[in-house]
Amino acid sequence: MAPWNPGDDAIVVQRAPEPGGAAGFYRAFGETLRGLKTTFGAVVEGTHTYNYPEEKVPVYPRFRGRHKLHRFEDSQLEKCVGCSLCAAACPADCIRVVAAENDPEHRVSAGERYAAVYEINLSRCIFCGYCEVACPFDAITMGHDYEMSDYNRADLVFTKEMLLAEPLERTPLRTETE
Amino acid sequence: MTTTVFATVGYAESWWIQILKSLIIFIVGFSLVPVALMMDRKLLGRFQNRRGPNRVGPYGALQPMADIFKLITKEQFRPRTSTGFLFALAPAISVLTASATFAIIPFGNVVDIFGAKVGLYGIDVSIGILFAFAFSAISFYGLMLGGWASGSRYSFLGAMRSAAQLISYEVSMGLSLLGVIMTAGTLSLTGIVTAQGGMWYFIPQLCGFIIFMTASFAETNRPPFDLPEADAELVGGYNTEYGGGRFASYYAAEYFNMVIVSALAATMFFGGWLMPFGIHPPSWVDPFVVLGKTIIVMGFFVWIRATLPRLRYDQLMSLGWKVLLPLATLNALVTAILVVVTH
Repeated sequence: MAPWNPGDDAIVVQRAPEPGGAAGFYRAFGETLRGLKTTFGAVVEGTHTYNYPEEKVPVYPRFRGRHKLHRFEDSQLEKCVGCSLCAAACPADCIRVVAAENDPEHRVSAGERYAAVYEINLSRCIFCGYCEVACPFDAITMGHDYEMSDYNRADLVFTKEMLLAEPLERTPLRTETE
Repeated sequence: MTTTVFATVGYAESWWIQILKSLIIFIVGFSLVPVALMMDRKLLGRFQNRRGPNRVGPYGALQPMADIFKLITKEQFRPRTSTGFLFALAPAISVLTASATFAIIPFGNVVDIFGAKVGLYGIDVSIGILFAFAFSAISFYGLMLGGWASGSRYSFLGAMRSAAQLISYEVSMGLSLLGVIMTAGTLSLTGIVTAQGGMWYFIPQLCGFIIFMTASFAETNRPPFDLPEADAELVGGYNTEYGGGRFASYYAAEYFNMVIVSALAATMFFGGWLMPFGIHPPSWVDPFVVLGKTIIVMGFFVWIRATLPRLRYDQLMSLGWKVLLPLATLNALVTAILVVVTH
């Protein structure tokens, strides 16, 4: 019986030459040495890590961290007029605004009304930045602060006073060249 | 009538010196275990552009202590299906055999300490390296019994894998040292070190050295031969059911074995306490020379771990039996011929 002939259907697979003798030795030994050189290069190169709590990773200028509420620099009046557009834009529904009429004697904001209650539940916030986009007075912006972990969920509800205050520790900002 | 000579010593050590030096050697040996642990983690970090643990103590130096403390304060538990006595005994066997092997590592020649002659080693047995192999053979029982007595399939299969690997590589490890033994003409480790006065054996016995190192990676379950653990692939090998202090014992034994194999490599191939380039320091430096060489070889272990990926099981077996064993045999044969021709 003639040996089976696969005919034209047989596909010839391209293979690298089989190592044997010196080539096999080189593959086993030379390549290992090359690998050792690579890993030793990493030691020479040094570390690429940040010692986090001591060294903070600098953020980009457009980084969306914890929110900030703003005041006018000259009159120190709050920019927020309590329109609740941010709350309407928020996809996570984490902003709560209760507006009140301004007293002409003791104005809180520059507009007709002001935010009597302004709360952001940071445990729900997804840091999308829509509130910032929706705000007609640039009263709310996303800051650079990213250290917001806490032990209690209740502590993550940030009130207006907390949002108006400057963060205790400034997050380093990336320089132009970084 | 023939008398069996177990150890030829040209001097008598008093019993308290023997107890004292065995205690010191045990303490030094066991304190090398956290050093090995720390070196492993720190150096591995550097090889991967990381810093490694640096939170506990200065530069993270107390990290191994924290690890050990955490493990030994954990609850001792065992599966209902396990055999209690053997389950407790197995890790002890591993530690015991490891520390017993450390006794023959020579840290220096016979020195005068306050007028008494003291050999800077646990014991200089005339069968030397065979003693080490005997104990490493017994240490298999630690792994086998541990896996078997756990009463768990994973442990049992892991133990089988370990046993198969260790037995395969024990053969080529022994054969690779045959060249050294024949060149030195003695089995005693102190004799082998003194025979290296002219040239350290890793130059004439380069082939044997490479085989020895490869086999010792497998013997100590270090990557790239860490198949008994294979933490990315398996449940955990022979120590699956172990936790707490017993697991710590296995872990310590593993690192202790790494220390011992490094010390053996330093003794057999890198001239033990001898210094290169004809430097003859005072004899109190000798133990530190041995420790330094041991730590350098340990660094090489970590370097290899950082470099090579784990082998497949069939690759492991074919490397052991088809490459290392014939090479080791050939090395022994060529050395034997050369020794006969040149003498």
